[in-house]
Amino acid sequence: MFYREAGDFKTSYRQDSQTFPIRFDRWRFYAVLALAFGVIPFVINDYWANSVFVPFLIYAIAAIGLNILTGYAGQVSLGTGGFMAVGAYACYKLMTSFPEVSILIHVLLAGGVTAAVGVLFGLPSLRIKGFYLAVATLAAQFFLVWLFNKVPWFYNFSASGQITAPDRTVLGYFVTGAQTSATAKYLVCLVFLVLVALIARNLTRGTVGRKWMAIRDMDIAAEIIGVNPLTTKLTAFAVSSFFIGIAGALFFAVYLGAAEVGEAFGIQKSFLILFMVIIGGLGSIFGSFAGAAFLVLLPVLLKNLLVGTLGWPTDLAAHIELMIVGGLIVVFLIAEPHGLAQLWRLAKEKLRLWPFPH
Amino acid sequence: MKMKFATAVAAAMSLAAPAMADLVIPNLSYRTGPFAAGGIPYADGFNDYFTLLNERDGGIGGEKVQVPECETAYNTEKGVECYEATKGLGALVYNPLSTGITYQLIPKVSQDGITLYTPGYGRTSAANGAIFEWVFNYPANYWDGASVAVKYLLEQNGGDLKGKKIALLYHNSAYGKEPIRTLESLAAKHGYELTQMPIDTPGQEQKSQWLQVRREKPDYVIFWGWGVMNQVAIQEAVNIKFPMENFIGVWWSGSENDVLPAGDGANGYKSLAMHGTGMDYPVYADMQKYVVDAGKASGAGDQVGSVLYSRGMYAAMVISEAVRKAQELAGTSAVNAAQVRDGFEALEITEERMAEIGLPNFGQPFAASCTDHGGPGAAMIQQWDAAAKEWNLVTGFIAPDDEVLDPLVAEDSAAFAAENKITPRCN
Repeated sequence: MFYREAGDFKTSYRQDSQTFPIRFDRWRFYAVLALAFGVIPFVINDYWANSVFVPFLIYAIAAIGLNILTGYAGQVSLGTGGFMAVGAYACYKLMTSFPEVSILIHVLLAGGVTAAVGVLFGLPSLRIKGFYLAVATLAAQFFLVWLFNKVPWFYNFSASGQITAPDRTVLGYFVTGAQTSATAKYLVCLVFLVLVALIARNLTRGTVGRKWMAIRDMDIAAEIIGVNPLTTKLTAFAVSSFFIGIAGALFFAVYLGAAEVGEAFGIQKSFLILFMVIIGGLGSIFGSFAGAAFLVLLPVLLKNLLVGTLGWPTDLAAHIELMIVGGLIVVFLIAEPHGLAQLWRLAKEKLRLWPFPH
Repeated sequence: MKMKFATAVAAAMSLAAPAMADLVIPNLSYRTGPFAAGGIPYADGFNDYFTLLNERDGGIGGEKVQVPECETAYNTEKGVECYEATKGLGALVYNPLSTGITYQLIPKVSQDGITLYTPGYGRTSAANGAIFEWVFNYPANYWDGASVAVKYLLEQNGGDLKGKKIALLYHNSAYGKEPIRTLESLAAKHGYELTQMPIDTPGQEQKSQWLQVRREKPDYVIFWGWGVMNQVAIQEAVNIKFPMENFIGVWWSGSENDVLPAGDGANGYKSLAMHGTGMDYPVYADMQKYVVDAGKASGAGDQVGSVLYSRGMYAAMVISEAVRKAQELAGTSAVNAAQVRDGFEALEITEERMAEIGLPNFGQPFAASCTDHGGPGAAMIQQWDAAAKEWNLVTGFIAPDDEVLDPLVAEDSAAFAAENKITPRCN
């Protein structure tokens, strides 16, 4: 009834090709933004920021990054954790070497460094595909973690091998270090996420994104119609790693405050983000959000429900939680192999016809 | 989709926060994951001691103690989540049993004004109370442990370690890297040769490290392991027929769970010990009566008296004594987090007090002060008897080499102070 294209007249090309062509969608999008910027910052507390929102926002950035590479360009990567580590260590080295420069610039530069490293490890993708590429990126994962453990320069020769984010401010407010307020943490991550999502959404709708998808769908055909595999694959690696680097830098500097490479950026992190992308939906920006929400919020919810409300022993709850999350992943993938984003797409189709489906 | 989750989480959260007026001492434990073998007995000992105080004495100074448990799986992200989830309950002191989580929490507790107590683990230089106001790690820390192990080896070799080869086999994390600096300084002093062998977490795969041990034939292996890594290392040492009496673990690598799987082969394995163990203490009579027989034991209740159970109980004992001291200083039984910190700083554990509690000669007596948050740092050496399935102490308390350690602590804490712009206290 209210969710339809009919009656919403577009009078310019600009209007015609906007991200949300349906008026209801547009208003919903503005409403979410208004809620995220106008309401949540005023009600958020330390628990909500550190356990729910900040990890969700950061994982969403990482999932968007991986979705560009795996979902849009079709290059399977298991090196996400390693690339996040590059972002984190680049941010740490920049923060400690140039304390007078703004942390926001450091985060962007850390993304840039990660993009360069990503391109380097993306080079084999020109020759190898599929599972073999996954193994090559797996090598990147292990190599990068080993490197950050092995070379003391990366952690400024600290005795424990830990990196600790020094206090930094933006406009007089602390955004890293222990004095950071929940609101500041949340807003910094939110601003980065909104920017990343807008850039990603628009990239994937334009020439660059179409080239990525052409390569994903059939690389030989794409090459024949004039898509250069070299630049296309490498831009996918660069853009993807840029976003993942930003996620890694925020994860270390804003969220954790201190990190240890093997534990914070190990192979489990790569799998976690890959699962987010698969469950959310390959080749969908909304899917990245949905996947991150599913895998970040569900365990916290279950833990609160089982231990907090039902009073179960913590070990039993932790094991049941693993089983429930694992079971739901299997159920979702059987019921809807294209992920949560496809459910959303179907819901929208139904809404268009509602309430007169025939 | 995400909004739906958020509202659901909100619903669960509002149900989850109970009102509390008691003394709240959260137990950030881990009963799952690769480190559960160490986490379970420790958490049980910690819970049971507070249950004993509640059941027998009605709490501490008449105030009941609440010990909300939160599962961290030895993972720093979950540790931070647990910290945030429990601090709103009015937590007085944290004991996360993880060096990684400790590093995360040091800046947070300093900001929030909650005590962090890390007996035998955590950041060693927190022993310098002038800089680490909210962190306490008495009675002993990693550098003490490393120094005690080397001192013991010196004794074994008639005071001379020149030309000996010592290998450090360690968990490749903040925990395992802690002793390196001390062992290097001691190598310069005593002239032994140090080889470092990192093992990546969780440590189930150690073949290449033990191959290196076979090739390089070190005279001694010092071991900094935890969780499943301990069992694997001891089994591997048995497999390559490494002389077990030359294999010395830190106190976190010396529990029954670590040596039992290797069977008779583990006979003679040594580890450090910072407190006594076993059931020969009067406190266990009360523990049996008020906790175990009453069906209030934590977990499965099968860990009572084991090494790590004793350590969890020891940590709980020190915390409860600090709270008692805080009540005495503040003149009220309902102490807050800041008063508990003062209690920790004024804490003195004497032989007489330990005997009163029912733990005579269990640990070393110590007294904290404004600058000294680290305690004397002495430790004993215990050895595994595989036939009798028990640990036997082979030395008394050995004091660490403070001549080497003090400058290291001063240097590391000064670096932390400079990084975080902290002005030393206690002047």
